[in-house]
Amino acid sequence: MSNIKEIQEEIVDEFAMFDDWMQRYEYMIELGRNLPLIDEKYKIDENLIKGCQSKVWVHAELEGDKLVFTADSDAIITKGIVAILIRAFSNQHPADIIEADTKFIDDIGLKEHLSPTRANGLVSMIKQLKMYAVAYQTQLN
Amino acid sequence: MSLTTEHIAFDIEKIRKDFPILKRKINGYPLVYLDNAATSQTPQQVIDVIVDYYSNYNANIHRGVHSLSQEATEKYENARISLQKHFNAEKSYEIIFTSGTTHGINLIASGFTSLLQEGDEILVSALEHHSNIVPWQMLCEKTGAVLKVIPMNEEGTLIYSAFEEMVSDKTKIVFLNHVSNALGTINPIKDIIDKAHSHGAAVLIDGAQAAPHIKADVQALDVDFYVVSAHKMCGPTGVGMLYGKEEWLKKLPPYQGGGEMIATVSFEKTTYADLPHKFEAGTPNICGGIAFGAAVDYMNSIGFENIAAYEQELLEYATGKLLEIEGMKIYGTSKEKTAVISFNIEGLHPYDIGTLLDKMGIAVRTGHHCAQPIMDFYKIPGTVRASFSFYNTKEEVDRFVEGVKKAKMMLS
Repeated sequence: MSNIKEIQEEIVDEFAMFDDWMQRYEYMIELGRNLPLIDEKYKIDENLIKGCQSKVWVHAELEGDKLVFTADSDAIITKGIVAILIRAFSNQHPADIIEADTKFIDDIGLKEHLSPTRANGLVSMIKQLKMYAVAYQTQLN
Repeated sequence: MSLTTEHIAFDIEKIRKDFPILKRKINGYPLVYLDNAATSQTPQQVIDVIVDYYSNYNANIHRGVHSLSQEATEKYENARISLQKHFNAEKSYEIIFTSGTTHGINLIASGFTSLLQEGDEILVSALEHHSNIVPWQMLCEKTGAVLKVIPMNEEGTLIYSAFEEMVSDKTKIVFLNHVSNALGTINPIKDIIDKAHSHGAAVLIDGAQAAPHIKADVQALDVDFYVVSAHKMCGPTGVGMLYGKEEWLKKLPPYQGGGEMIATVSFEKTTYADLPHKFEAGTPNICGGIAFGAAVDYMNSIGFENIAAYEQELLEYATGKLLEIEGMKIYGTSKEKTAVISFNIEGLHPYDIGTLLDKMGIAVRTGHHCAQPIMDFYKIPGTVRASFSFYNTKEEVDRFVEGVKKAKMMLS
Protein backbone atom coordinates (compact mmCIF):
# COMPACT_ATOMS: atom_id res chain seq x y z
CA MET A 1 0.00 0.00 0.00
CA SER A 2 1.48 3.36 -1.05
CA ASN A 3 1.68 6.26 1.33
CA ILE A 4 0.04 9.62 0.69
CA LYS A 5 3.18 11.17 -0.76
CA GLU A 6 3.65 8.30 -3.24
CA ILE A 7 0.02 8.43 -4.36
CA GLN A 8 0.24 12.17 -4.86
CA GLU A 9 3.36 11.75 -7.01
CA GLU A 10 1.57 9.07 -9.00
CA ILE A 11 -1.34 11.45 -9.67
CA VAL A 12 1.06 14.25 -10.67
CA ASP A 13 2.76 11.87 -13.12
CA GLU A 14 -0.56 10.86 -14.66
CA PHE A 15 -1.55 14.47 -15.22
CA ALA A 16 1.87 15.28 -16.67
CA MET A 17 0.96 13.14 -19.68
CA PHE A 18 -1.57 15.71 -20.88
CA ASP A 19 -0.63 18.69 -22.98
CA ASP A 20 -3.57 20.98 -22.47
CA TRP A 21 -6.31 21.86 -20.05
CA MET A 22 -8.99 20.08 -22.04
CA GLN A 23 -7.30 16.73 -21.71
CA ARG A 24 -6.67 17.34 -18.01
CA TYR A 25 -10.31 18.17 -17.45
CA GLU A 26 -11.49 15.23 -19.48
CA TYR A 27 -9.35 12.97 -17.33
CA MET A 28 -10.63 14.60 -14.17
CA ILE A 29 -14.24 14.12 -15.32
CA GLU A 30 -13.37 10.47 -15.99
CA LEU A 31 -12.00 10.12 -12.45
CA GLY A 32 -15.18 11.72 -11.17
CA ARG A 33 -17.30 9.11 -12.89
CA ASN A 34 -15.31 6.31 -11.22
CA LEU A 35 -15.47 7.83 -7.76
CA PRO A 36 -16.25 5.25 -5.06
CA LEU A 37 -19.70 6.55 -4.38
CA ILE A 38 -20.94 7.29 -0.93
CA ASP A 39 -23.67 4.96 0.31
CA GLU A 40 -27.05 6.67 -0.27
CA LYS A 41 -27.82 6.49 3.45
CA TYR A 42 -24.87 8.79 4.15
CA LYS A 43 -26.00 11.38 1.60
CA ILE A 44 -27.63 13.41 4.31
CA ASP A 45 -27.40 17.06 5.26
CA GLU A 46 -25.07 16.30 8.18
CA ASN A 47 -22.47 14.99 5.74
CA LEU A 48 -22.92 17.87 3.35
CA ILE A 49 -20.07 20.29 2.86
CA LYS A 50 -21.74 23.40 1.64
CA GLY A 51 -19.96 25.11 -1.17
CA CYS A 52 -21.80 28.00 -2.73
CA GLN A 53 -22.84 26.15 -5.87
CA SER A 54 -22.06 22.44 -5.95
CA LYS A 55 -22.86 20.06 -3.15
CA VAL A 56 -20.27 17.68 -1.70
CA TRP A 57 -21.05 14.84 0.70
CA VAL A 58 -18.28 13.05 2.61
CA HIS A 59 -18.46 10.04 4.88
CA ALA A 60 -15.56 8.69 6.95
CA GLU A 61 -15.22 5.27 8.53
CA LEU A 62 -12.39 3.58 10.41
CA GLU A 63 -11.27 0.20 9.03
CA GLY A 64 -8.66 -1.21 11.35
CA ASP A 65 -6.31 1.67 11.98
CA LYS A 66 -7.03 3.30 8.63
CA LEU A 67 -9.55 5.93 7.70
CA VAL A 68 -11.70 5.28 4.62
CA PHE A 69 -13.50 8.11 2.88
CA THR A 70 -16.41 7.91 0.46
CA ALA A 71 -17.92 10.96 -1.18
CA ASP A 72 -20.12 12.36 -3.90
CA SER A 73 -20.98 15.66 -5.54
CA ASP A 74 -23.78 16.85 -7.79
CA ALA A 75 -21.30 18.54 -10.17
CA ILE A 76 -19.00 16.28 -12.17
CA ILE A 77 -15.90 18.50 -12.15
CA THR A 78 -16.17 18.88 -8.40
CA LYS A 79 -16.60 15.12 -8.22
CA GLY A 80 -13.38 14.69 -10.20
CA ILE A 81 -11.40 16.72 -7.73
CA VAL A 82 -13.10 14.97 -4.85
CA ALA A 83 -12.01 11.67 -6.44
CA ILE A 84 -8.41 12.89 -6.61
CA LEU A 85 -8.44 13.98 -2.98
CA ILE A 86 -10.03 10.73 -1.83
CA ARG A 87 -7.51 8.70 -3.76
CA ALA A 88 -4.71 10.53 -1.98
CA PHE A 89 -6.17 10.53 1.51
CA SER A 90 -8.43 7.50 1.85
CA ASN A 91 -7.25 4.25 3.39
CA GLN A 92 -4.46 5.98 5.31
CA HIS A 93 -3.57 6.38 8.96
CA PRO A 94 -5.33 9.41 10.47
CA ALA A 95 -1.97 10.74 11.70
CA ASP A 96 -0.63 10.76 8.12
CA ILE A 97 -3.77 12.50 6.83
CA ILE A 98 -3.34 15.23 9.44
CA GLU A 99 0.28 15.73 8.34
CA ALA A 100 -0.29 15.65 4.57
CA ASP A 101 -0.25 18.75 2.41
CA THR A 102 -2.21 19.43 -0.81
CA LYS A 103 0.51 21.02 -2.88
CA PHE A 104 0.11 18.29 -5.51
CA ILE A 105 -3.14 19.96 -6.60
CA ASP A 106 -1.04 22.92 -7.77
CA ASP A 107 1.36 20.58 -9.52
CA ILE A 108 -1.39 19.01 -11.63
CA GLY A 109 -2.62 22.43 -12.73
CA LEU A 110 -5.84 22.51 -10.74
CA LYS A 111 -4.74 25.16 -8.32
CA GLU A 112 -7.64 27.44 -9.21
CA HIS A 113 -10.08 24.96 -7.68
CA LEU A 114 -8.48 25.19 -4.28
CA SER A 115 -8.53 28.94 -4.06
CA PRO A 116 -10.68 30.06 -1.13
CA THR A 117 -12.46 32.47 -3.46
CA ARG A 118 -13.71 29.63 -5.63
CA ALA A 119 -17.27 28.83 -4.74
CA ASN A 120 -16.99 25.05 -4.87
CA GLY A 121 -16.52 23.99 -1.28
CA LEU A 122 -13.25 22.14 -1.88
CA VAL A 123 -11.25 24.11 0.63
CA SER A 124 -13.89 23.23 3.19
CA MET A 125 -13.73 19.64 2.02
CA ILE A 126 -10.01 19.34 2.75
CA LYS A 127 -10.61 20.88 6.15
CA GLN A 128 -13.37 18.34 6.72
CA LEU A 129 -11.14 15.38 5.75
CA LYS A 130 -8.53 16.59 8.19
CA MET A 131 -11.07 17.11 10.92
CA TYR A 132 -12.26 13.54 10.51
CA ALA A 133 -8.64 12.44 10.78
CA VAL A 134 -8.16 14.42 13.98
CA ALA A 135 -11.34 12.98 15.46
CA TYR A 136 -10.45 9.38 14.62
CA GLN A 137 -6.85 9.85 15.71
CA THR A 138 -8.13 10.78 19.15
CA GLN A 139 -10.28 7.65 19.10
CA LEU A 140 -7.28 5.46 18.18
CA ASN A 141 -5.20 6.88 20.99
CA MET B 1 -18.17 71.22 -35.00
CA SER B 2 -21.13 70.25 -32.91
CA LEU B 3 -21.95 66.70 -31.97
CA THR B 4 -25.52 65.55 -31.80
CA THR B 5 -25.69 62.33 -29.90
CA GLU B 6 -28.84 60.88 -31.42
CA HIS B 7 -27.42 60.61 -34.91
CA ILE B 8 -24.16 58.85 -34.15
CA ALA B 9 -24.33 55.49 -35.84
CA PHE B 10 -23.83 52.40 -33.71
CA ASP B 11 -20.22 51.59 -34.45
CA ILE B 12 -19.43 48.46 -32.47
CA GLU B 13 -15.71 48.45 -33.30
CA LYS B 14 -15.36 52.00 -32.06
CA ILE B 15 -17.36 51.26 -28.92
CA ARG B 16 -15.23 48.23 -28.08
CA LYS B 17 -12.12 50.39 -28.22
CA ASP B 18 -13.56 52.43 -25.36
CA PHE B 19 -13.29 49.41 -23.03
CA PRO B 20 -9.65 48.54 -22.29
CA ILE B 21 -10.57 45.37 -20.37
CA LEU B 22 -12.03 43.79 -23.52
CA LYS B 23 -8.47 43.34 -24.80
CA ARG B 24 -7.64 40.97 -21.98
CA LYS B 25 -6.90 37.30 -22.44
CA ILE B 26 -8.23 34.79 -19.95
CA ASN B 27 -6.64 31.34 -19.78
CA GLY B 28 -5.00 32.08 -23.12
CA TYR B 29 -8.21 33.07 -24.92
CA PRO B 30 -9.53 36.55 -25.71
CA LEU B 31 -12.06 37.43 -23.03
CA VAL B 32 -15.75 37.03 -23.85
CA TYR B 33 -17.47 38.90 -21.06
CA LEU B 34 -21.08 37.80 -20.60
CA ASP B 35 -21.60 38.62 -16.94
CA ASN B 36 -22.84 42.13 -17.55
CA ALA B 37 -25.91 41.71 -15.35
CA ALA B 38 -23.56 41.35 -12.38
CA THR B 39 -21.13 44.14 -13.28
CA SER B 40 -20.74 46.02 -16.52
CA GLN B 41 -17.32 47.04 -17.79
CA THR B 42 -15.97 50.56 -17.56
CA PRO B 43 -15.14 52.71 -20.60
CA GLN B 44 -11.94 54.76 -20.76
CA GLN B 45 -14.02 57.96 -20.57
CA VAL B 46 -15.17 56.98 -17.07
CA ILE B 47 -11.74 55.70 -16.01
CA ASP B 48 -10.31 59.08 -17.08
CA VAL B 49 -12.82 60.89 -14.88
CA ILE B 50 -11.75 58.77 -11.88
CA VAL B 51 -8.06 59.44 -12.56
CA ASP B 52 -8.75 63.13 -13.10
CA TYR B 53 -10.56 63.39 -9.78
CA TYR B 54 -7.70 61.94 -7.75
CA SER B 55 -5.05 63.69 -9.85
CA ASN B 56 -6.56 67.16 -9.87
CA TYR B 57 -9.37 68.00 -7.47
CA ASN B 58 -9.70 65.41 -4.70
CA ALA B 59 -11.31 67.28 -1.80
CA ASN B 60 -14.24 67.10 0.55
CA ILE B 61 -17.41 68.68 -0.72
CA HIS B 62 -20.05 71.13 0.42
CA ARG B 63 -18.13 72.64 3.31
CA GLY B 64 -14.79 73.87 2.05
CA VAL B 65 -14.02 77.49 1.29
CA HIS B 66 -11.03 76.51 -0.80
CA SER B 67 -11.01 76.12 -4.56
CA LEU B 68 -10.51 72.35 -4.74
CA SER B 69 -13.48 71.74 -2.50
CA GLN B 70 -15.60 74.04 -4.62
CA GLU B 71 -14.47 72.33 -7.80
CA ALA B 72 -15.26 68.89 -6.38
CA THR B 73 -18.65 70.09 -5.12
CA GLU B 74 -19.52 71.51 -8.52
CA LYS B 75 -18.59 68.31 -10.33
CA TYR B 76 -20.50 66.21 -7.82
CA GLU B 77 -23.60 68.35 -8.17
CA ASN B 78 -23.24 68.29 -11.95
CA ALA B 79 -23.30 64.51 -11.77
CA ARG B 80 -26.53 64.73 -9.82
CA ILE B 81 -27.94 66.87 -12.63
CA SER B 82 -26.80 64.33 -15.23
CA LEU B 83 -28.78 61.70 -13.31
CA GLN B 84 -31.74 64.03 -12.90
CA LYS B 85 -31.85 64.61 -16.66
CA HIS B 86 -31.32 60.97 -17.49
CA PHE B 87 -34.16 59.76 -15.27
CA ASN B 88 -36.20 62.90 -15.93
CA ALA B 89 -36.68 63.79 -12.28
CA GLU B 90 -38.46 67.07 -11.75
CA LYS B 91 -35.92 68.37 -9.23
CA SER B 92 -32.25 67.63 -8.76
CA TYR B 93 -32.69 67.20 -4.99
CA GLU B 94 -34.97 64.25 -5.64
CA ILE B 95 -31.80 62.41 -6.66
CA ILE B 96 -30.03 60.93 -3.63
CA PHE B 97 -26.60 59.36 -3.99
CA THR B 98 -26.36 55.97 -2.28
CA SER B 99 -23.79 53.21 -2.10
CA GLY B 100 -25.92 51.14 -4.46
CA THR B 101 -29.33 49.58 -4.99
CA THR B 102 -29.28 47.62 -1.72
CA HIS B 103 -28.57 50.81 0.23
CA GLY B 104 -31.46 52.57 -1.52
CA ILE B 105 -33.89 49.76 -0.70
CA ASN B 106 -32.81 49.65 2.94
CA LEU B 107 -33.15 53.42 3.20
CA ILE B 108 -36.78 53.25 2.06
CA ALA B 109 -37.69 50.14 4.05
CA SER B 110 -36.22 51.68 7.18
CA GLY B 111 -37.98 54.98 6.52
CA PHE B 112 -41.35 53.24 6.39
CA THR B 113 -40.93 51.83 9.90
CA SER B 114 -42.63 54.85 11.43
CA LEU B 115 -45.34 54.95 8.75
CA LEU B 116 -46.64 51.39 9.07
CA GLN B 117 -49.04 49.80 11.49
CA GLU B 118 -49.95 46.26 12.38
CA GLY B 119 -52.08 44.71 9.64
CA ASP B 120 -50.71 46.95 6.87
CA GLU B 121 -49.51 45.04 3.83
CA ILE B 122 -46.34 45.11 1.76
CA LEU B 123 -46.38 43.46 -1.67
CA VAL B 124 -43.17 42.16 -3.26
CA SER B 125 -42.81 40.20 -6.47
CA ALA B 126 -41.67 36.59 -6.73
CA LEU B 127 -38.91 37.73 -9.09
CA GLU B 128 -36.84 39.56 -6.51
CA HIS B 129 -33.17 39.29 -5.72
CA HIS B 130 -33.48 37.39 -2.41
CA SER B 131 -31.26 39.77 -0.45
CA ASN B 132 -33.73 42.52 -1.33
CA ILE B 133 -36.59 40.66 0.34
CA VAL B 134 -34.78 40.80 3.69
CA PRO B 135 -35.27 44.54 4.42
CA TRP B 136 -39.05 44.06 4.00
CA GLN B 137 -39.08 41.03 6.27
CA MET B 138 -37.25 43.10 8.88
CA LEU B 139 -39.74 45.92 8.40
CA CYS B 140 -42.63 43.48 8.95
CA GLU B 141 -41.02 42.13 12.11
CA LYS B 142 -40.68 45.64 13.49
CA THR B 143 -44.13 46.91 12.57
CA GLY B 144 -46.43 43.89 12.44
CA ALA B 145 -47.10 44.53 8.76
CA VAL B 146 -47.68 41.52 6.51
CA LEU B 147 -45.48 40.61 3.53
CA LYS B 148 -47.30 39.20 0.49
CA VAL B 149 -45.71 37.82 -2.65
CA ILE B 150 -47.01 38.52 -6.16
CA PRO B 151 -46.62 35.15 -7.97
CA MET B 152 -45.06 34.49 -11.37
CA ASN B 153 -45.92 31.98 -14.09
CA GLU B 154 -43.82 29.36 -15.91
CA GLU B 155 -42.54 31.97 -18.40
CA GLY B 156 -41.12 33.97 -15.52
CA THR B 157 -43.69 36.75 -15.91
CA LEU B 158 -45.55 38.28 -12.98
CA ILE B 159 -49.21 37.32 -12.89
CA TYR B 160 -50.84 40.73 -13.12
CA SER B 161 -54.33 39.44 -12.34
CA ALA B 162 -53.01 38.00 -9.06
CA PHE B 163 -51.53 41.40 -8.20
CA GLU B 164 -54.87 43.08 -8.95
CA GLU B 165 -56.56 40.77 -6.49
CA MET B 166 -53.91 41.22 -3.80
CA VAL B 167 -53.60 44.98 -3.81
CA SER B 168 -56.05 46.74 -1.50
CA ASP B 169 -56.37 49.78 0.72
CA LYS B 170 -54.30 47.83 3.28
CA THR B 171 -51.37 47.87 0.87
CA LYS B 172 -48.90 50.55 1.91
CA ILE B 173 -45.94 49.81 -0.32
CA VAL B 174 -45.30 47.69 -3.41
CA PHE B 175 -41.75 46.64 -4.19
CA LEU B 176 -40.60 44.96 -7.36
CA ASN B 177 -37.83 45.04 -9.89
CA HIS B 178 -38.22 46.66 -13.26
CA VAL B 179 -36.25 43.75 -14.77
CA SER B 180 -35.54 40.40 -13.10
CA ASN B 181 -31.83 39.73 -12.55
CA ALA B 182 -32.17 35.97 -12.88
CA LEU B 183 -34.44 35.83 -15.93
CA GLY B 184 -34.36 39.23 -17.64
CA THR B 185 -38.16 39.58 -17.55
CA ILE B 186 -39.34 43.18 -17.94
CA ASN B 187 -42.18 43.77 -15.49
CA PRO B 188 -45.26 45.86 -16.40
CA ILE B 189 -44.34 48.49 -13.83
CA LYS B 190 -46.48 51.30 -15.22
CA ASP B 191 -49.68 49.26 -14.78
CA ILE B 192 -48.57 48.18 -11.32
CA ILE B 193 -47.73 51.74 -10.25
CA ASP B 194 -51.10 53.10 -11.45
CA LYS B 195 -53.03 50.31 -9.79
CA ALA B 196 -51.08 50.66 -6.51
CA HIS B 197 -51.66 54.42 -6.51
CA SER B 198 -55.40 53.92 -6.91
CA HIS B 199 -55.22 52.28 -3.45
CA GLY B 200 -52.93 54.93 -2.02
CA ALA B 201 -49.88 52.64 -1.89
CA ALA B 202 -46.35 53.82 -2.64
CA VAL B 203 -44.22 51.97 -5.20
CA LEU B 204 -40.48 51.33 -5.02
CA ILE B 205 -38.91 49.99 -8.18
CA ASP B 206 -35.52 48.24 -8.16
CA GLY B 207 -34.15 49.46 -11.46
CA ALA B 208 -30.70 47.87 -11.11
CA GLN B 209 -31.18 45.44 -14.01
CA ALA B 210 -33.27 47.77 -16.15
CA ALA B 211 -31.03 50.84 -16.01
CA PRO B 212 -28.31 49.44 -18.33
CA HIS B 213 -30.90 48.79 -21.05
CA ILE B 214 -33.94 51.00 -20.54
CA LYS B 215 -34.10 54.74 -19.93
CA ALA B 216 -36.71 55.05 -17.20
CA ASP B 217 -38.65 58.31 -17.05
CA VAL B 218 -39.65 58.63 -13.40
CA GLN B 219 -42.22 61.37 -14.07
CA ALA B 220 -43.93 59.48 -16.88
CA LEU B 221 -43.94 56.34 -14.73
CA ASP B 222 -45.19 58.40 -11.78
CA VAL B 223 -43.07 56.11 -9.61
CA ASP B 224 -42.50 57.06 -5.97
CA PHE B 225 -39.00 55.60 -5.62
CA TYR B 226 -36.57 54.19 -8.17
CA VAL B 227 -33.17 52.77 -7.21
CA VAL B 228 -30.15 51.80 -9.33
CA SER B 229 -26.44 50.93 -9.05
CA ALA B 230 -23.68 52.61 -11.06
CA HIS B 231 -21.65 49.44 -11.57
CA LYS B 232 -24.27 47.94 -13.86
CA MET B 233 -24.29 51.06 -16.06
CA CYS B 234 -20.61 51.39 -16.95
CA GLY B 235 -19.86 53.20 -13.69
CA PRO B 236 -17.79 52.25 -10.64
CA THR B 237 -18.84 49.94 -7.80
CA GLY B 238 -20.03 51.25 -4.46
CA VAL B 239 -22.25 54.03 -5.72
CA GLY B 240 -25.87 54.22 -6.76
CA MET B 241 -28.91 56.43 -6.86
CA LEU B 242 -32.24 56.68 -5.14
CA TYR B 243 -34.86 58.76 -6.85
CA GLY B 244 -37.71 59.74 -4.57
CA LYS B 245 -40.64 62.06 -5.10
CA GLU B 246 -40.11 65.21 -3.07
CA GLU B 247 -43.25 64.72 -1.00
CA TRP B 248 -42.12 61.24 0.04
CA LEU B 249 -38.54 62.22 0.78
CA LYS B 250 -39.81 65.00 3.01
CA LYS B 251 -42.09 62.59 4.82
CA LEU B 252 -39.44 59.92 5.49
CA PRO B 253 -37.08 60.32 8.45
CA PRO B 254 -33.31 60.39 7.80
CA TYR B 255 -31.69 56.96 7.50
CA GLN B 256 -28.34 57.65 9.12
CA GLY B 257 -27.04 60.37 11.37
CA GLY B 258 -23.82 62.21 10.58
CA GLY B 259 -22.22 65.12 8.80
CA GLU B 260 -24.04 66.80 5.89
CA MET B 261 -27.50 65.66 7.00
CA ILE B 262 -27.86 68.26 9.72
CA ALA B 263 -28.76 71.92 9.68
CA THR B 264 -28.18 72.84 13.32
CA VAL B 265 -27.08 70.68 16.21
CA SER B 266 -27.33 71.28 19.89
CA PHE B 267 -27.59 68.72 22.66
CA GLU B 268 -31.28 69.47 22.93
CA LYS B 269 -32.32 69.31 19.30
CA THR B 270 -30.98 68.77 15.83
CA THR B 271 -32.65 70.11 12.73
CA TYR B 272 -32.15 68.11 9.60
CA ALA B 273 -30.72 69.50 6.42
CA ASP B 274 -32.84 69.96 3.34
CA LEU B 275 -32.98 67.45 0.52
CA PRO B 276 -30.90 65.77 -0.77
CA HIS B 277 -28.43 66.16 2.14
CA LYS B 278 -30.89 64.80 4.68
CA PHE B 279 -30.21 61.35 3.22
CA GLU B 280 -26.51 61.79 2.47
CA ALA B 281 -24.90 61.59 5.90
CA GLY B 282 -21.11 61.67 6.09
CA THR B 283 -18.58 62.14 3.32
CA PRO B 284 -20.06 60.46 0.27
CA ASN B 285 -18.33 58.50 -2.47
CA ILE B 286 -17.44 61.75 -4.24
CA CYS B 287 -15.33 60.29 -7.00
CA GLY B 288 -17.86 57.49 -7.48
CA GLY B 289 -20.72 59.94 -7.82
CA ILE B 290 -18.86 62.04 -10.39
CA ALA B 291 -17.87 58.91 -12.33
CA PHE B 292 -21.48 57.69 -12.18
CA GLY B 293 -22.55 60.92 -13.87
CA ALA B 294 -19.88 60.41 -16.51
CA ALA B 295 -21.04 56.82 -17.07
CA VAL B 296 -24.63 57.91 -17.65
CA ASP B 297 -23.42 60.62 -20.03
CA TYR B 298 -21.34 58.02 -21.87
CA MET B 299 -24.31 55.67 -22.29
CA ASN B 300 -26.46 58.55 -23.48
CA SER B 301 -23.82 59.48 -26.05
CA ILE B 302 -24.35 56.03 -27.55
CA GLY B 303 -28.10 56.32 -27.10
CA PHE B 304 -30.42 54.01 -25.20
CA GLU B 305 -32.54 53.30 -28.24
CA ASN B 306 -29.45 52.17 -30.12
CA ILE B 307 -28.35 50.10 -27.16
CA ALA B 308 -31.75 48.42 -26.77
CA ALA B 309 -32.08 47.63 -30.48
CA TYR B 310 -28.58 46.19 -30.72
CA GLU B 311 -28.92 44.13 -27.55
CA GLN B 312 -32.25 42.69 -28.71
CA GLU B 313 -30.54 41.59 -31.88
CA LEU B 314 -27.82 39.85 -29.86
CA LEU B 315 -30.47 38.27 -27.62
CA GLU B 316 -32.44 36.84 -30.54
CA TYR B 317 -29.30 35.61 -32.26
CA ALA B 318 -27.96 33.92 -29.12
CA THR B 319 -31.33 32.43 -28.17
CA GLY B 320 -31.74 30.90 -31.62
CA LYS B 321 -28.25 29.41 -31.61
CA LEU B 322 -28.55 28.01 -28.08
CA LEU B 323 -31.90 26.39 -28.79
CA GLU B 324 -30.23 24.31 -31.51
CA ILE B 325 -28.35 22.48 -28.74
CA GLU B 326 -30.06 19.30 -27.65
CA GLY B 327 -31.32 19.28 -24.07
CA MET B 328 -31.24 23.10 -23.86
CA LYS B 329 -33.78 24.65 -21.53
CA ILE B 330 -34.06 28.42 -21.26
CA TYR B 331 -35.69 29.89 -18.16
CA GLY B 332 -37.52 33.18 -18.55
CA THR B 333 -39.20 33.19 -21.92
CA SER B 334 -41.29 36.30 -21.52
CA LYS B 335 -41.73 38.29 -24.74
CA GLU B 336 -40.61 41.36 -22.85
CA LYS B 337 -37.09 40.69 -21.68
CA THR B 338 -33.64 42.23 -21.69
CA ALA B 339 -30.56 40.55 -23.13
CA VAL B 340 -30.23 37.88 -20.45
CA ILE B 341 -30.33 34.13 -21.08
CA SER B 342 -30.64 31.84 -18.09
CA PHE B 343 -30.35 28.18 -19.08
CA ASN B 344 -29.53 24.59 -18.22
CA ILE B 345 -28.65 21.58 -20.31
CA GLU B 346 -30.45 18.40 -19.35
CA GLY B 347 -28.37 16.22 -17.06
CA LEU B 348 -25.57 18.75 -16.58
CA HIS B 349 -24.78 20.89 -13.56
CA PRO B 350 -24.54 24.65 -14.26
CA TYR B 351 -21.35 24.84 -12.20
CA ASP B 352 -19.61 22.38 -14.54
CA ILE B 353 -20.65 24.32 -17.64
CA GLY B 354 -19.52 27.62 -16.10
CA THR B 355 -16.16 26.17 -15.05
CA LEU B 356 -15.41 24.87 -18.54
CA LEU B 357 -16.54 28.12 -20.19
CA ASP B 358 -14.14 30.00 -17.92
CA LYS B 359 -11.32 27.74 -19.12
CA MET B 360 -12.22 28.95 -22.63
CA GLY B 361 -12.09 32.60 -21.59
CA ILE B 362 -15.87 33.03 -21.43
CA ALA B 363 -17.26 34.71 -18.32
CA VAL B 364 -20.81 33.77 -17.32
CA ARG B 365 -22.55 33.56 -13.99
CA THR B 366 -23.68 30.22 -12.58
CA GLY B 367 -25.76 29.43 -9.53
CA HIS B 368 -29.01 30.71 -8.13
CA HIS B 369 -28.25 34.39 -8.93
CA CYS B 370 -29.45 35.36 -5.46
CA ALA B 371 -32.95 34.50 -6.57
CA GLN B 372 -33.51 31.29 -4.63
CA PRO B 373 -37.33 31.61 -4.74
CA ILE B 374 -37.19 31.57 -8.56
CA MET B 375 -34.92 28.49 -8.55
CA ASP B 376 -37.29 26.77 -6.11
CA PHE B 377 -40.17 27.61 -8.45
CA TYR B 378 -38.46 25.81 -11.33
CA LYS B 379 -37.12 23.10 -8.93
CA ILE B 380 -33.52 23.55 -10.08
CA PRO B 381 -30.30 24.22 -8.13
CA GLY B 382 -29.36 27.08 -10.43
CA THR B 383 -28.74 28.06 -14.02
CA VAL B 384 -26.00 29.32 -16.28
CA ARG B 385 -26.69 32.97 -17.01
CA ALA B 386 -25.24 34.80 -19.99
CA SER B 387 -26.02 38.52 -19.93
CA PHE B 388 -25.15 40.71 -22.87
CA SER B 389 -24.18 44.32 -23.21
CA PHE B 390 -23.96 46.74 -26.12
CA TYR B 391 -20.21 46.07 -26.42
CA ASN B 392 -20.66 42.35 -27.06
CA THR B 393 -20.61 41.06 -30.63
CA LYS B 394 -22.18 38.28 -32.68
CA GLU B 395 -18.71 36.74 -32.97
CA GLU B 396 -18.61 36.56 -29.19
CA VAL B 397 -22.03 34.93 -29.18
CA ASP B 398 -20.65 32.35 -31.63
CA ARG B 399 -17.69 31.65 -29.38
CA PHE B 400 -19.99 31.33 -26.40
CA VAL B 401 -22.30 28.88 -28.20
CA GLU B 402 -19.31 26.86 -29.41
CA GLY B 403 -18.03 26.87 -25.82
CA VAL B 404 -21.33 25.56 -24.50
CA LYS B 405 -21.28 22.81 -27.14
CA LYS B 406 -17.72 21.87 -26.23
CA ALA B 407 -18.57 21.82 -22.52
CA LYS B 408 -21.58 19.63 -23.23
CA MET B 409 -19.45 17.21 -25.22
CA MET B 410 -16.88 16.97 -22.41
CA LEU B 411 -19.47 16.53 -19.69
CA SER B 412 -21.86 14.11 -21.39
